[in-house]
Amino acid sequence: MAKVTIDGQTIEVADGTTILNAARLIGGELVPPAMCYYSTLQGSGGKCRTCLVRVTKGSEKDPRPMPKLVASCQTPVMDGMEVASKSDATVVEARAAVTEFLLINHPLDCPICDQAGECHLQDLAFEHGKAGTRYEFERRTFEKIDIGPYIKLHMTRCIMCFRCVFVANQLTEQRVHGIINRGDHAEISTYIEKAIDNDFSGNVIDVCPVGALTDRTFRFKSRVWFLNPMDAHRDCDKCSGKVVAWMYGGEIYRITGRKDMYGEVHDFICNTCRFEKKDKSDWTIEGPRDLDRHSVISQNHYEHGELTVR
Amino acid sequence: MQSLTNRSKNVVNKKMTFMERIYLPAIAKGMWTTLKHFFRKSNTVSYPQEQREFAPVYRGWHVLKRDEQGRENCTACGLCAVACPAEAITMVAEERQKGEEHLYREEKYAAVYEINMLRCIFCGLCEEACPKEAIFLTDRLVPSDYVRQNFIFGKDMLVEGITPDKRIDVTVRQKHLTEKVMS
Repeated sequence: MAKVTIDGQTIEVADGTTILNAARLIGGELVPPAMCYYSTLQGSGGKCRTCLVRVTKGSEKDPRPMPKLVASCQTPVMDGMEVASKSDATVVEARAAVTEFLLINHPLDCPICDQAGECHLQDLAFEHGKAGTRYEFERRTFEKIDIGPYIKLHMTRCIMCFRCVFVANQLTEQRVHGIINRGDHAEISTYIEKAIDNDFSGNVIDVCPVGALTDRTFRFKSRVWFLNPMDAHRDCDKCSGKVVAWMYGGEIYRITGRKDMYGEVHDFICNTCRFEKKDKSDWTIEGPRDLDRHSVISQNHYEHGELTVR
Repeated sequence: MQSLTNRSKNVVNKKMTFMERIYLPAIAKGMWTTLKHFFRKSNTVSYPQEQREFAPVYRGWHVLKRDEQGRENCTACGLCAVACPAEAITMVAEERQKGEEHLYREEKYAAVYEINMLRCIFCGLCEEACPKEAIFLTDRLVPSDYVRQNFIFGKDMLVEGITPDKRIDVTVRQKHLTEKVMS
């Protein structure tokens, strides 16, 4: 066990836990934002640098601070470690700079994008970003690609978090989806635009932190904050069948996996559940999903479960 | 009982004097006030022959603007509808097809855009929320009607015309909004 102090709050965690996961165990404001780390995907993290924190004391045995800001999703805790997250000015500044970098090529098309309202980059820019941009050059753009009949890839919006590649690697049997080219030219692509016809390929939509991979069956149908997310389940022979049905007026607009408070899905769902079962009779509706009441999705909704007071 | 304010008065049932009882001096005093008003300037404006000027911040009938090339600005992002405290706005979005680039500015547009004018409280939050400078409140009055259904204004009532004479000038309103945002 290791005792770690983050922003003045001490917690004891198992050896080998990363700072990010230790912070998530404490919860609240001090949890670093994460664009690429995904707890259920092995090997994810360490790419976006938004989770930077400052280690002010290395450990009990070696109390020297770490010389640079570290990525909290990759750094394991040490006994007696002291970490400064949002309370530190350099951390806040670094996160603002990282946000600016992520937004260099990201288009400002939130009014059009289907992800708006549940987009991690939008939240990150709102909390850590700056209002203006200093970038003057031409931004890179791509044509939209249809990956199979259900998924649309809009590479212009991609922030290279690699989450979808990990999904393709770990959930599906053969990888038909990866990164080509290097550095500034890197792009997500299917292998010669070959359709992903795997049963679990739809999960790349859920793991995408931005609107680069979107659901074609839901494209421009509605905005997420007009829909009522309902917990639902059905007997499925391929997956757990536990989903969120996004409903409006008794009609199911789209199906997604159940995301936790950090936007991570633990039970990945199959394509049949996600794309083909859009009829209300296919599902057992359990009830409204408990949302953070400060989320845009809970605006103008009155059917909350319990309101939790923090 | 202790009074809550210092404005309370004790009621006295005083007997009126003879002069007060005949009421004539009081009537004469009242008539004098009425007579004075005959020689004053009238405050009445005889609408519709005569129309008063609108305040620059007046909020009336909405307009959905087009850009200089006549394309609709609205991209059906839904921010006006979520900002609307009266929940008067509804919309259905659609994807722009090839060949419709001269009609809609963005790749998504509002196929249906409806404001229920009976629900609308003309607060102007929709124009503040709009990221595309598409919706503005103008100084036009919403016409009266006998049927409730006719107060649900669709795109035919809201989108401005393409020809220059059918455009609706919102520059004053736009300036006012920018100042509000900047301050």
